[in-house]
Amino acid sequence: MSILIDEGTRVVVQGIGRQGTFHARRNAGYGTRVVAGAHPRKGGTTWEELDVPVYAKVSEAVSAEGANTSMIMVPAPFTKDAILEAADAGVGTIVCITEGVPVHDMAEVYNTLYPRRADGGHDKRGRPVLIGPNCPGAISPGKANVGIIPGEITVPGDVGLVSRSGTLTYQIMHELHLAGVGVSTCVGIGGDPVVGSDFLDVIERLAEDPDTAGVVFVGEIGGTEEQRVGRWIAEHIPDTPVVAYVAGFSAPPGRQMGHAGAIVKEGGGGGETAADKKAELEELGIAVGTNPSHTAELMIERLDR
Amino acid sequence: MDLYEHQGKDLFRRYGVPTTPPGGVATTSGEAEALARDAGGPAVVKAQVLTGGRGKAGGVTLADGPDQARDAAAAMLGMDISGHTVGRVLVEPASDIDDEYYLSILTDRVSKGYKVIASVEGGVDIETVNREQPEKVVQVDLDPTVGLDRRRALDIVERAGLPPAAADQAADLLVTLQEGFVDADATLFEINPLALTTDGRVIALDAKVSIDSSALFRQPELAELADTSADDPLEARAKEHGLQYVKLDGDIGVLGNGAGRVMATLDVVSEAGGRPADFLDVGGGAAAETMAASLSLVLSDERVTSVLVNIFGGITRCDLIAEGVLDALGELGDVPQRLVVRLDGTNAEEGRRILSEAGHPNVEPAEKMLDAARRAVELAGRRSQT
Repeated sequence: MSILIDEGTRVVVQGIGRQGTFHARRNAGYGTRVVAGAHPRKGGTTWEELDVPVYAKVSEAVSAEGANTSMIMVPAPFTKDAILEAADAGVGTIVCITEGVPVHDMAEVYNTLYPRRADGGHDKRGRPVLIGPNCPGAISPGKANVGIIPGEITVPGDVGLVSRSGTLTYQIMHELHLAGVGVSTCVGIGGDPVVGSDFLDVIERLAEDPDTAGVVFVGEIGGTEEQRVGRWIAEHIPDTPVVAYVAGFSAPPGRQMGHAGAIVKEGGGGGETAADKKAELEELGIAVGTNPSHTAELMIERLDR
Repeated sequence: MDLYEHQGKDLFRRYGVPTTPPGGVATTSGEAEALARDAGGPAVVKAQVLTGGRGKAGGVTLADGPDQARDAAAAMLGMDISGHTVGRVLVEPASDIDDEYYLSILTDRVSKGYKVIASVEGGVDIETVNREQPEKVVQVDLDPTVGLDRRRALDIVERAGLPPAAADQAADLLVTLQEGFVDADATLFEINPLALTTDGRVIALDAKVSIDSSALFRQPELAELADTSADDPLEARAKEHGLQYVKLDGDIGVLGNGAGRVMATLDVVSEAGGRPADFLDVGGGAAAETMAASLSLVLSDERVTSVLVNIFGGITRCDLIAEGVLDALGELGDVPQRLVVRLDGTNAEEGRRILSEAGHPNVEPAEKMLDAARRAVELAGRRSQT
């Protein structure tokens, strides 16, 4: 099995410009069913490169083509409305690739999609799953690829991957592949401070997937979510092989390292550094690789392959 | 993007957040003297730097008149505060203060919304207060789809312990502050201290403001404030090319594709005993042109003695990346530094073969990350010894 995307995935693409077309074609070439494009002013036309219809509204692509997944590649200023439109249209999985979305827009989107409970948490049950923004998307090898992950570097298998960083994940998938280990589903959650799905949203699903035997998660500096994930793993799935990697040991506090969310606050306190995260994860019994290759090796070791 | 105090206060004034009487910014002691004369009484001279700890470093002085303001500015201009050189001072009429509190609002990645922090203890480091007297700090999560009404604002400042003389005005100020925070696409509005003046007004005595860089496309006035003059020349050049670049303090140039990957590369360089000179992300789809701009940027850094290029070929194949690196070096001509180029992923072997066969005297292909980092460290050491 796999999570979030599979053989039943039917993709509508929001943002059918040059980039959107390039990646949608790759996704379709991989075997993903890309069923429609959506563009407010191009409804009724055909998306020539994909040979699928274009609808003015996502809701039309849902009713006419049975789209259940959206890939969003619209420019950042339009991303908030694109996500909300997909959610309103009843799309179950929304994969947002766009980078540079204002944090206020994402805070509004998140709290609209997932209403706040009285205890301050957010209700996600029965709500659409948003992945990203500023992420490479998700792939269930052999079944579907939605986003910009290069499908050729991995094969079907039983390791689940979740990561804030695209190219690091590619490296780990690639090395697993070289060792004969494939992937059930890999999800890039994105490097922004507010993203639709966090590590735990994905790991909880991987934990329930009978065909996922082990999990690799790739964190980085900033925030303290990695520790929360570690505590959940220690409590709920202590026997599942889980390996982590954290990037940014040499990142100076107060400087943003590429990703909008990758910043250790000035002074360096509060568990936001890579060293703090690694130490706490190891204390919880989770192996942490010293570099991406070592991380893949640890996973292979723990799976006894 | 962080704003200077004087810019933050101007922004506060625009939204109607009560603050100090307007002053002026001086870049010379003479200008400071003139501004203090305009103030017509005691003035405060404050170093404008984008870092904390200014008070302790001697960056805030109360001046009785123009002469003292001139001397204070002369002492401050050029001063180093936590690695930031003071290039300008704010001179504004001094306010008579009865009491000091703390108030801030920020975007919060944990609650996926906004957080308001208020305390009866102001003018000191809020994290210290939170550690030592947590009962004096109130933190409230706000739902961005709901915002903040006056009743809730009053509840926050009262629970923070602000006295009745200040609470009402502070609640009004907080409501206005929150509206401005959203309107300006801010990630931080911090007032420390929030002051109760001797004549009974509540005002922002300081302003620490950060704006979301991703939102500058719809904040044209704030975008103009982007302080490019204070940027390092290399960082300014990177900005022009749209590259993600952060200058670090070592001697090994680092570039790669993907933010996480570059961070990991820095880590491995450190693990191998080296010191990275920079963080440079050439981006996901790294075209030959971007590669040329990136290499030329790193190689023009005089501190750089060797370079580690760490690319994972996904959609962009490694054979094309190898050709891109060679093309870029061809355009740059003679460079003194040696490059270790680590290629992995799609067509990696072919990429490495292209590099080997080209036999460029400055380029060494590599397969493994740690080996590549060790080699870059070795080359850096060798060159800095000669």
